[in-house]
This record gives sequence, structure tokens and C-alpha cells, in this order.
Amino acid sequence: MSIWRRRLWLAAGVLILTFLVTVPFLLMAGVNPFAAYARFLFVPLTSRFGLLEVGVASIPLLFTGAAVALAFRAGYWNIGAEGQLLLGAIAAAGIGARVDGLASPLALTLVLAGGALAGAVWALVPALLRVRYDIDEVVTTLLLNPVALLVVEGLLNGPWRDPVTRFPESPRIAASAEMPVLIPGSRLHLGFLIGLVIIAGLGFVISRTRAGLELKAVGLSPVAARFAGINVARTLVAAALISGAIAGLGGAGEVAGIQYRLTGGLSAGFGYTGIVVATLGALRMGGVALVALLLGDLTVGASSASRALGIPSQAGDIVAAAVLLVTVAMVAINRYGLRQNRTAP
Amino acid sequence: MSEPDGATSVLVELRAVTKRYGSLIANNGVDLSLRAGEVHGILGENGAGKTTLMRILYGLTRPDQGQVLVDGESVTIRSPRDAIGAGIGMVAQHFSLVTPMTVAENLTLGRPQGLLIDLEAARAKVDEAADRFGIRVRADARVADLSVGEQQRVEILKALAGDCRVLILDEPTAVLVPQEVSGLFATLRRLTAAGLAVAFISHKLSEVLDVTQRVTVLRRGKVVGTVATADTDERQLATMMVGRPAAPAESAARSPGDTALRVTALDALGRQGLAALKGVSFSVAKGEILGIAGVSGNGQSELAEVLSGMRLPTAGSIEIDGRNIAGFNPRRMMAAGIGRIAEDRYAAVVPDLSVAYNLVLEHLDEFRRGALLDETRIRANADEMISRFGIVSGPDDPVRKLSGGNLQKVLLARVLSRNPKVLMVSQPTRGLDVGATEYVRGEIVAQAQRGAGIVLISEDLDELLALSDRLVVFYEGRVVGELAAAGADPEQLGLLMARGSAA
Repeated sequence: MSIWRRRLWLAAGVLILTFLVTVPFLLMAGVNPFAAYARFLFVPLTSRFGLLEVGVASIPLLFTGAAVALAFRAGYWNIGAEGQLLLGAIAAAGIGARVDGLASPLALTLVLAGGALAGAVWALVPALLRVRYDIDEVVTTLLLNPVALLVVEGLLNGPWRDPVTRFPESPRIAASAEMPVLIPGSRLHLGFLIGLVIIAGLGFVISRTRAGLELKAVGLSPVAARFAGINVARTLVAAALISGAIAGLGGAGEVAGIQYRLTGGLSAGFGYTGIVVATLGALRMGGVALVALLLGDLTVGASSASRALGIPSQAGDIVAAAVLLVTVAMVAINRYGLRQNRTAP
Repeated sequence: MSEPDGATSVLVELRAVTKRYGSLIANNGVDLSLRAGEVHGILGENGAGKTTLMRILYGLTRPDQGQVLVDGESVTIRSPRDAIGAGIGMVAQHFSLVTPMTVAENLTLGRPQGLLIDLEAARAKVDEAADRFGIRVRADARVADLSVGEQQRVEILKALAGDCRVLILDEPTAVLVPQEVSGLFATLRRLTAAGLAVAFISHKLSEVLDVTQRVTVLRRGKVVGTVATADTDERQLATMMVGRPAAPAESAARSPGDTALRVTALDALGRQGLAALKGVSFSVAKGEILGIAGVSGNGQSELAEVLSGMRLPTAGSIEIDGRNIAGFNPRRMMAAGIGRIAEDRYAAVVPDLSVAYNLVLEHLDEFRRGALLDETRIRANADEMISRFGIVSGPDDPVRKLSGGNLQKVLLARVLSRNPKVLMVSQPTRGLDVGATEYVRGEIVAQAQRGAGIVLISEDLDELLALSDRLVVFYEGRVVGELAAAGADPEQLGLLMARGSAA
């Protein structure tokens, strides 16, 4: 099919252009760009430890990428995965510290369910404002992100501050609430599997179920969906809530699988990177999984590059950002057939 | 009918202008001259080519053939900027004002004048316009706070700014209430007294007779004639506009039965929040095709939306089988037995979804197994519809790739396979080629023969006369007349449509 050939060309173009765009920055950092790219992309994949760490780094992105992609497919522009993830983390830390006596599966289930619920609640208000009063969710979901961060800092500097060390960290969660590790000796925890299962499940729902078809119809053409008798408002709210729940689950996963407590630096902008993951993944669940792993690879690669080559680890961020910008530009050119306007002004 | 033009007073002239859109000829060898000091009416049915002609004059569209002359010299108008440079201004039907800004700020927009904006100059212009033309708006009022009529005045001020000598108004009265119309006409008289030429597009006879000095009537892209307003009357203009003997009806074979649909005292608001339907009542019998005639913008679109469940009526009832379904959402409307073919086909399908999915989108309940889609039956349904309705496409093709005719077949298939009790069709053949048009009309007649009550909304009078048993005429949101389609008098119909009364 010519469409696949076209996509292949697009992907190749993205890689080449990204490389060209980032070369000046790497040269300024004083490294050979080829060596840097080898570090970024390939070195993490050459060792068992590296591979497992790539998985670890991709876990929150699997969740936030899936969350954002689902909402975007419904035409609901949820830019608030970051805040929803933080609320999930708060709930997980709060519940996790209070489930001491419970058996492990139950304690962990409570922590995860609480995280999902908190993320959904954080997503609820913008969704209702959108369907009731037509208030743009891009603005409301985005503006709730710093609010969520303030709630985190308020808790860590107030009631949850460590009474002994005075560190702004919540109490450690109960051992029974921790995510089991998938491979002994690594940090790769159950969240990786949960994320993949959610992605597979969403892919199935979107492509095979009635609800999925309604979701796509609403996202592609809300007027036509309404004309056909689909309840557009209900579909949007459902998409927003599920999206928030998945992002919240991602936050709970970071608490229960990595940090074991709430910290101010829990999220390295995972919610925002989720937008990158969803967009680069073309809002397809398979694409989301691939891009989450790719960015995980890049994250691990960048920190290894900074140690081995002495370049700032932000170089990885620059590459990730360049990938996004180039992709968006290429997709826009491809879709809208931009060409130079040669008529006189 | 046309008379010699005094060469000195002609500001703008179009000669033999032709514009094609695919197989459609929007303008066919059109001649038009606009003289200093006249309001020149451009009259015609929808689709007669009025707007295309004015867009050519204002540089929004390039003609395929023909000449534009300004002050007797041939010019090429490539863009509105060229048109403004040539002294031509235009007020479109849809305003392009920045509503949070003030009138003066809007007037400074888009005017090259260096880095600083000169609000004082803009205020002075507003004052000057008030003195010279009687156009009164407050320079410091926020546009959002102004009425539609006042906003139109701002648009006119914008068009007049610069060195405008020819002002084009595209259906300026469509958005106005009657008091504002008389104010607009007073302004137009002052403008022409100052030596401007005004092109006034309308399909309302009374307005054209009221305000113009000459009228050019277009029909199907051609000039029927240009007449001096003083020498003509509504009857002549209506006949020129509609201009044909009534077509023979194909409806003789049907025998209407019991009432299928009864609409009583229906009120609804339009897109701008103004009353669009005012106490509309009619009924359709089983097996009958009721044609809704009228110049566009007289409530037909709103009627279609109300009957589709897309717009809530504010009063009145819609009865099927004695049950009032007014206020139902689309799903319940369909469940009550209404099939809907919408005016805007692309708003009725999801273009990026496949033909097969679009065919079942209105009835997903019947194509599922639990929560899952029943792909086997969706596929079988698509295959059946594609062969039964002769849709030229595969089941998995996205609908966006279909031609207009095939798209309409998809929509017909989706609706007609349900055997609706009432079928509401709006502009069913607009933009379709001859073959597809014949096919769609045949399907509509077949539905009537099956016993469905049909509401046919169309701006194509030939279509209405050919298919309908009975016509009701809409004018300003009301039913102003009802007549049998067979042997309908085109003059009477034209007057009802353009004036709201046949007397």
C-alpha cells in the first residue's frame, strides 16, 4: 500500500531532519554527533541492565501516552495528564501509607484504584465545563497542572513532611502496597505490564467495540456523530474520565513502583511528554507503546551519554524535543500539502 | 430590455464574464455595468450566480473568461487589495469584524499606515461618515455590544474607507430587522447621491423595487435582462427570476392516505438567535410528497434541523402517529420513524470512517454483539447496500473519497433501508450530476409510493414542481401559501417566494 510507503518515507525524513537539527547543539557541547547518537539510541539496548532501565523509564510514558491518545481520539484535548498523574500519585502515597495491615494484592489494588480515581476526579471538572458551558478544555486542563503541583508541595511542606529529617517527602508506603518487581535485581516493576495491558485493551476497545466506534466518530466529526444519534457529551466525559484515570494510575505506579513515597520531583514532566508520545504515536495505541519505549531509550541513553561523554543530560531533552517538532512539522506538511505561495503579495 | 449606458457615468463594467466550477457554470457570459449614482439590484434565485459575480468583481474569485473595466479601462483584479485599489468595496453576508475591539480599532485594522495606529483619524472618519452619509455608530463602542444592523454599518464604513466608489452589498438585508432595513436604504440613497455606485444583491422583490434604479436579473448564471426599476413591477421581475412554465408532475400515480406527519404552530430560533420559524403548520399524508419552497434563509434550514432533532423548537408540536416528538434528540427522532437526509451531506457522515461504518452509524444497536461490533453483519450490510444502491466504492473506503453522488447514495441507503414512516430530505440533489440527480429523485418517489410521507425541502424549483404533490411556500419563517404542484403558476409562486404574498 502506498500509504505505508509514504509513512516510511515520513519516518525516515523525521530521523534525518532531527539529526541535522540537533547536530549544532551537540557540536557546541563538544562531542561527535555520531558518537552521541550511538549513546542516545543504541548503547542502552546493548546491555541487560540498559534494556531493563529503558523499560523502567518508559512506564510512566506508557500511561500518560495512552491517556492523552485516548482523549485526543475523542477530540477532547486533555493537556492535563501531568496534573492527573500528580493527583494519582498523591492518592497512592496517602493510601499506601495507611494500608499496613492489609495483604499485598489488596493493598496494592487499593493504592492503584485510588490513584486512578483521583486522576479521574481531577479530569472531571474540565470535562463538565466543556460539555455544559463549552469552555475550552485545553485551557482548563492545562491550568490545573500547576494547581496539582501546588497541592503536592503543600502536602509535602505541610502535613506530610517527614517529622524527623524535615525533608519534603511523604511517609514511605507500606511494603504490601509496593509494586512487585518483574525481573529480580532490576527496577522493572509490574507497572510496565499494567501499562502494556491497558494499551492493548484500549486498542481493542477503540477498534472493535461499539463504544470505540462512537468515540472515533465523535473525535472525527462531532456534528455527524450527533446527527447519527450518538450522545456526544457523554462520550466526551467518558473519554476525559478514563484518560484522567489512566494518567492517575501512571502516578500511582511511580509511587508504588519507584519512589515508594510522594516527592516533589516525582514527575519529570511525564504528563507533557505523554502528549509527545501520543502525537508521535499518531494516536494509535501501538504507536504509543513504541514511542514510549523509544523515549525511554532516549532518557536512559542521555544519562549514559552525560556520564560517558561529559555532555549535559539535557542534550537528550533537546533530541526528544527536536523529534517532536520535526514530526509535527512533517505531519502538517504531509497533511495540508503546504507549498510555497508563489503569487504576488 | 437593456438601454444604452451613458459612457461617462459607468464606473465599473463586466463584459462576458464566465466562471465554471467543474461542470457547473456559475456565470455564463455575464454583462453588467454599474453607474455612478445608482443602486443596481442584482436579482436571482439561489444558485443563479449573483454571489459568484460579485466575488469576481471584488477579486475573491478569478473569472475563466471575460473582462473587468474600471473607468472604461480593462483591469485585472487578483485580490481584494486590487479591488480596493480600484475603488471597489464589499460587505459580505458574514461580517469580518473583531468583536472585542471598538469600532475605531476595527477601522484601523488592515490599513497600512506605519507602526502606530491612528485612532483619532479613525474617529474622524466615523464623524465624517455620519455627516456625509448619515451612518451613525459610536466610534468607541465595542463591536460585540452593537446590534447586527450597527455592525453592518461598521462594515460599510470599513468598505468606504479608502477611495471607495463602488460598494457591493451581498444580501445586506438578510440579517436585518425591518427598521434596520429602512435605515440601510436611507444610507444607500445618501451614498448614491454622493456619486457612488452600489451593487445590491437580493432576492426580495419589494426591496429591489424600493431602493434600486436598475435591476439585472440572473438565472442559472446568465443575465435574463437589465431593466430600469421605474419601468418594471414585481410580476415581471418574478417571472424573469423563475421564468418557466410549470413542469409536469410525476406524482399522478400516488394516492395520499392518512396523515403521516403533522407540524403545528412550530417556533424555532435560527443560528443568530433570531426567530427563524414562526408558527409553522403543515401536514403530510402517507404517500404524499410535500415540497417546501422558498428563497433560502426563510426558515427551511431550521425546519430541516428541527425535524432532524439537531435543533430544539421553542414551541409547537411535531406529531407522528398522534405522538408529539417535538424536542426529541436525533436518536429518538429516528426511533419515532423519521428518516433524515441533511442539507449538508458532509455534516451527516464521518468522512474519515469507512463506508461500512457510516452505513450503520445511526443504528449501532443492531450491529453489535454485546459491547463488540458485529463486523460480519456490518460487512454484509455494506455489501448489500453497495449493490442495492449502486454505490461506487468498496466497503472499507473512507467516505471522504466518495463523489457527491455516491455520498448521497450512502446517506440514502442508511436512511431508506430502515423504511422510515416520514422522510425529511433537504436539498437532495444539490451539486449532483444529472445521473445521480435522477437516481436520487427516483428513490424519493419510490419511498412515497411505498407509503412514506415525504417533506422535500429544495431550492430547485424544477425539482419541487416535478416531485411534489403539494407545495407550501416559506417566507420569513412563515408558511405564506399552499398550492398544488401540478399546474402551479410560476408567477404566483415567484411572488410568494420573493414577496410573501401573491396578491
